[in-house]
Amino acid sequence: MAVSDEVQLRVQDLHISFGGVKALRGVGLEVRKGEIFSIIGPNGAGKTVLLNCINGLYHPQEGKIYFEKKEITRLRPYQRAQMGISRTFQKIELFKGTTVLDNIRLGRHIHLKTGLLSGSIYFGRTAREEVEHRDFIEREIIDLLEIEHIRNKVVGMLPYGLQKRVELARALALNPKIILLDEPLAGLNLEEVEDMARFILDINEEERWQTTCVLVEHDMGVVMDISHRVMALNFGEKIAEGTPPEIQGNPQVIKAYLGEAEDLYVSRR
Amino acid sequence: MSRGASWKGIEITKDLTIPKLFLQSAEKYGDKKVAMREKEFGIWVPITWKQYYENVKRIALGMVALGLERGDKVAMIGDNRPEALWTEMAAMCVGGVGIWLFQDSLIDEVSYIIDHSDAKLMVGEGQEEVDKCLLIKDKCPKMKKMIWDDPKGMRDYDDPMLISLKEVMSIGEELDKKEPSLFEDVIMKGKGEDICLLFYTSGTTALPKGALLTHYNMLTMGQNLMRVDPYVETDDFVSYLPFAWIGEQMMSISCGIQAGFTLNFPEEPETAQENIREIGPHVMFAPPRVYEQMVRNVQVKYLDASWLKRKGYEWAMKIGYQVAELKFSKKPIPWYWKGLNYLADLGVHKKLKDHLGLSRIRDTYTGGAAMGPDHFRFFHALGVNLKQIYGQTEIAGISVLHRDGDIKFDTVGKPIPETEVKVTPEGEIISRSPSVFQGYYKMPEETAKALRDGWLHSGDTGFIDSDGHLVVFDRTKDVMTLNDGTKFAPQYLETRLKFSPYIKDVWAIGDLKPYVTSVICIDYSVVGKWAEDRNIAYTSYPELSQMPEVYELVKKEIVKMNKNLPPAAKIKKFINLYKEFDADDDELTRTRKLRRAFVENRYKDIVEGLYSDKDKDNVHMDTTITYEDGRVVNIKADLQIMEVNE
Repeated sequence: MAVSDEVQLRVQDLHISFGGVKALRGVGLEVRKGEIFSIIGPNGAGKTVLLNCINGLYHPQEGKIYFEKKEITRLRPYQRAQMGISRTFQKIELFKGTTVLDNIRLGRHIHLKTGLLSGSIYFGRTAREEVEHRDFIEREIIDLLEIEHIRNKVVGMLPYGLQKRVELARALALNPKIILLDEPLAGLNLEEVEDMARFILDINEEERWQTTCVLVEHDMGVVMDISHRVMALNFGEKIAEGTPPEIQGNPQVIKAYLGEAEDLYVSRR
Repeated sequence: MSRGASWKGIEITKDLTIPKLFLQSAEKYGDKKVAMREKEFGIWVPITWKQYYENVKRIALGMVALGLERGDKVAMIGDNRPEALWTEMAAMCVGGVGIWLFQDSLIDEVSYIIDHSDAKLMVGEGQEEVDKCLLIKDKCPKMKKMIWDDPKGMRDYDDPMLISLKEVMSIGEELDKKEPSLFEDVIMKGKGEDICLLFYTSGTTALPKGALLTHYNMLTMGQNLMRVDPYVETDDFVSYLPFAWIGEQMMSISCGIQAGFTLNFPEEPETAQENIREIGPHVMFAPPRVYEQMVRNVQVKYLDASWLKRKGYEWAMKIGYQVAELKFSKKPIPWYWKGLNYLADLGVHKKLKDHLGLSRIRDTYTGGAAMGPDHFRFFHALGVNLKQIYGQTEIAGISVLHRDGDIKFDTVGKPIPETEVKVTPEGEIISRSPSVFQGYYKMPEETAKALRDGWLHSGDTGFIDSDGHLVVFDRTKDVMTLNDGTKFAPQYLETRLKFSPYIKDVWAIGDLKPYVTSVICIDYSVVGKWAEDRNIAYTSYPELSQMPEVYELVKKEIVKMNKNLPPAAKIKKFINLYKEFDADDDELTRTRKLRRAFVENRYKDIVEGLYSDKDKDNVHMDTTITYEDGRVVNIKADLQIMEVNE
């Protein structure tokens, strides 16, 4: 998808500390519409904290967050979700005892217009609405992520790689404008990594979705391959931002990875 | 031939073609009957004969517009789906010749077949097939266009060679508006003796050979099969095995178009088993591995079930086996056995059949490779009418088949009507029928070897027993001579062992050797589950296969089988292989037959180890495996050898 110049998500001078630990120290970023924007950095650099601030799980002590020109810093997570901010978690956050389909449906819940009462009668508009949502889930999500064969399986029984895919499916059910992906590739094998990278590209580029992606990831091969821009964090501070080649050549980034410079160039293969 | 006698088939003249029959059926059924169904987005979507006709018409005319002429070859690759059948039918309609490739074919196989067959058009499902096509296009200059139909991931492709099926259909529609009678006209130009399919046989030994089949071949084969087992238009059939396998063509095309039954396409290959259960087909034809997998599924569930359920199963199966045994020996079944069997069916068999998708099955066949008697007994005990069939691509599918109520495990049955089967003095099976192929494409020498005076020489050995049943030994070169001089088919040992749920593949060795040995591929999921239940930790197939506990488990299974074997045929030593046999490594054909000569060469260290005099208890392996995308990985492993003394 062509990246537009329009800034969709702006984070300004974000500060947050837990006790004496300053997790974020004045971090700012601008994500443009249609972009795959990756955040890299060593463990403990503050990447997940930053995502948590964006979708409202944490409240920063200082700084502002704007989404599509509206300030959202003080909004609750569900309000941000209603605006179209969706996310996946590093540690899978699904309902393990229910089926794949039910988990995805839950992600769709925010779009349900009918209430509890009419839902319990299930007639007319309510029934129609459910069929519409089911149609969306089947056509746009299950087909895209190739999970037809597990739609009725219980999530907890699935292998890890598939659970990660269901996590993504649940996030997509929101029909988001921007999706925050927290280490979607962690713990996957080579084939699953390739699949997941393909899905991220699909979500970003496919005409139907064209969703902005903010990606936190350690797999440098994939990050450098698919990102439009990359930002590097270290100890809660932004140390670099730019296109993948710029980041790969940045001496500060290389230093932050403590001589793991090779990692920046070598993919899993 | 009790049921078949009442079947009124169509008259197959030298003028009749598959497209002409298609035209008749489309006219006859129109909007009133469902021709096929596909599960899409979680729902079974019906396609009526009228829609089928319209789609084929558009594609066919689109192909004409793209420059396809009579006799041009159209290569097709992809999963079973309505579009696949439409394009095949469309190609036939305009006088083209269809070629099917296995979905998982490696690049070299694809480029060999495309180049050798002079294919002008290639039709693929989506991105994966398009990638294959683009990789080989420089090597195959005769290929002009590639048609694809699944838009997923195709957004960045702009090679001028590519065209979507949608576009082809809209070009076809325009042409139809200009020349409304063109479609019918081209169909009417077809003759029965025109070639309609060029079928590349997998071949356990050499390069693939392309068998030329005419409309007449395909139609007579279907008709003669249905003279034995008639299918009706209300039947359901699930098409999920590769179209590149003649068995699927003979059901979907040869029989489907004559009987007019409904074809059902599964959502994804992974959901096939589930989708079969939803449909509950009346007719089924599959290679033994499908049935073996079903048995394995039941056995695994059995191992997992509660005590009461296990007892119930054991009790019902005992009755089922007893009744099946009486049927096999053609003895009358006493009333009390009938009564017990009724109860067993009610309590257990019926539910099992439902889970396997066999609840409505009337005729089910296995063919393409040998299947063990234990598997046969299992299905008949459940009351499933499983029959063996035998044939070749070169005879348009099948020539010999079991009749209802006349089933012998070690035979493949009797020839279908209009088919003569003989055994030459050298023991080779030869056959003659209207369905015998026209020769191999561009291989006159091979043709002369296979076709002599109208008789098809199969290369299989066998004999005809006192009941007139054909017994097939297997490929002549695959029969082994044991140390006591008797001839023995290694397949027998292999199929017997494969009845164990823990064993997925077996390679029995023993030709001109002092004793028989075998190489075992364990079933990863079943043995993996078994290990987990016993708190045995493992990380991968190679590690699991070498666990001493797993060796003991396999040994127990071999001891069980050895009990019923003559001393010379008993397996004395075995080894667990560090991987499963795989068609990508050339160890199996695409239809999953073991390529003995190849594995013998590839694993000669193992064979040596199994027969070394020194008390060797392991073999060092240093070899490579090939992934589906063509990457090759080196593997080093030490494999244990275990002796079996019982």
